[in-house]
Amino acid sequence: MSFKRVVITGMGALTPVGNDVPTFWSNLVAGVSGAAPITRFDAEKFRTRFACEVKGLDVTNYIPRQEARKMDPFTQYAVIAADEAMKDAGFDADTLDLDKAGVIWGSGIGGLKTFEEEVMNFSENGRTPRFNPFFIPKMIVDSASGVLSIRYGFRGPNFITVSACASATNALIDAFNYIKLGLMNVCISGGSEAAVTIAGVGGFNALKALSERNDSPETASRPYDKDRDGFVLGEGGAAIILEELEHAKARGAKIYAEMIGAGMSSDAYHITAPHPEGLGAYIVMKNAIENAGIKPEEIDYINTHGTSTPIGDPQEIKAIEKFFGEHAYDLNISSTKSMTGHLLGGAGAIEAAACIMAIKDQVVPPTINHFTDDPEINPRLKLTFNKAEKRRVNVALSNTFGFGGHNASVVFKKYED
Amino acid sequence: MSAIAERVKQIIVEKLGVEESEVTPEANFQNDLGADSLDTVELIMEFEKEFNLSIPDDQAENIGTVGQAVAYLEENVK
Repeated sequence: MSFKRVVITGMGALTPVGNDVPTFWSNLVAGVSGAAPITRFDAEKFRTRFACEVKGLDVTNYIPRQEARKMDPFTQYAVIAADEAMKDAGFDADTLDLDKAGVIWGSGIGGLKTFEEEVMNFSENGRTPRFNPFFIPKMIVDSASGVLSIRYGFRGPNFITVSACASATNALIDAFNYIKLGLMNVCISGGSEAAVTIAGVGGFNALKALSERNDSPETASRPYDKDRDGFVLGEGGAAIILEELEHAKARGAKIYAEMIGAGMSSDAYHITAPHPEGLGAYIVMKNAIENAGIKPEEIDYINTHGTSTPIGDPQEIKAIEKFFGEHAYDLNISSTKSMTGHLLGGAGAIEAAACIMAIKDQVVPPTINHFTDDPEINPRLKLTFNKAEKRRVNVALSNTFGFGGHNASVVFKKYED
Repeated sequence: MSAIAERVKQIIVEKLGVEESEVTPEANFQNDLGADSLDTVELIMEFEKEFNLSIPDDQAENIGTVGQAVAYLEENVK
C-alpha cells in the first residue's frame, strides 16, 4: 500500500491578534502584540494581571445563544475557527463522503471555566450538590471534537489529543497519519484553549511560569531577550483542514501547502522543566525531518516553541544548533508567541497556520519585543527580531513542547504537483 | 396570569430560547419547545433556584408541560 499525500485546503483562526485568518496573519507580519490587562475576571489580587485574550468577540454572532451556553469557551472557539476553515475549504455538501470525514482536535485543559463555575456554585450554596446537567458534557475536553462532528455531520474518526502545550500539534499529526493511511479523506484538525480564568492564571502563577511585567503587558512576551521573565497566557485557537491530495485535486480545491512530516518525542526528564540540553527537542526535530524525507538543510523557517521563559528558550535553541549545524544560521527562526502569547493546547494550531501562511506569502513573521541580547543565545542565529523578513520559505517546521515532557513537531512544504 | 406563571415563562424563554407566545400552558417542554431530557432537568433546577424550593425526583417526572410546572409551583411555593 502506498501512502497518500496530505494537503491543507482550509484554515480558520480566532486569536488574540485577530478573529480570522487574514487579520491574524496581517497582524503577525506587522508585529502586533495581543497582550492587555485581563478582562475575563477581576485579576487585581493576582501576581499577573494581563494576558493575550481574544478581543471584540460576540459569540452569538457565530453561534445561537441557546447552543453557545451549552459550550465552554474553548468549544465556542473551536466552532468559530472551524466555521471559517470549513467555509474556506468550500466542500460540496452533496458529494462529500461524511463517513470518511473526521475531526481530530487538540486542547490541553478543556472546560476550565465551566469546572470553576460549577465548583464555586457548590461551595457558595452550602455545599449542596446541585450541578447543572450540562456541566460534564461542557467541561470534558473531548466535547470540542464532538460538537464539531455534530455541526458538520462528520462521521469519521473523532477524538481529542491531550499533551499540554503540544496538544494541537499532536492532533495535526494524528490527522496527517490517518489520511496518509487512507482511513479518511478530510479532517478538521487544530486546537483551542480558554484558560484565561481564575484557576488558569492562578495555577500558572503558582508555578512561576507567567511573566509578571504588569506595567508593560505588550512587551512582556519577549522570547530570547535577556530580560524575559515567563510566558504570557493566551487563548483562542485555529482550525486546519487536512485533505488527501487526490481528493482535493478532484474537487479543484485551493491548496495552501502540503504537510510532509511529523515527529514526536518525550524528554523523559521532568514534569514541568525541559531537558537542560534540549534532548527531547533535538529528537523531535530529527524525527519530524526524517519522517518528511527531507534533508535538514531544506528547512527555511522554524516557528519555535519559544515561550519567553528563562529556562525554556535556550534549550530549544541549543537543540536547533546541535541538529542543524551550520544551517542553523541560514534558516530563519521566530516565536510568534511574542505576539499571540501562549495558547497552551491551541498553540500548535495557530503556529501551524503561521507556518502555512509564511509558505504562502514567502515571509517570516517576527519575534517582537527584542531589546537586549542574551549572552546565552548565539548572535549568529537569525531570530527575526522585531521585523518580518521577506525570504524564500519553501519548507517550515513548527515545534511545540508540553508539560509532561511531550514534544511534537510538524513540517509543511510549498505544494508542488 | 399569576406572578408565578410569569416567572416560569421568563425562565423557559431564557433557557430554551423560544418566543413568549410559544410558552402556552399546554406546551410540552420536549415535544413542543425543543428541549431534550437534559434541558428539562436544567429547567427543574432553575425553578428550584428561582422559587427556593426542592422538587423531589418523583414529582419532577410529572412536570412535562408549562401548565404542569405552574400548577406544581403554585401549590408548593410558600
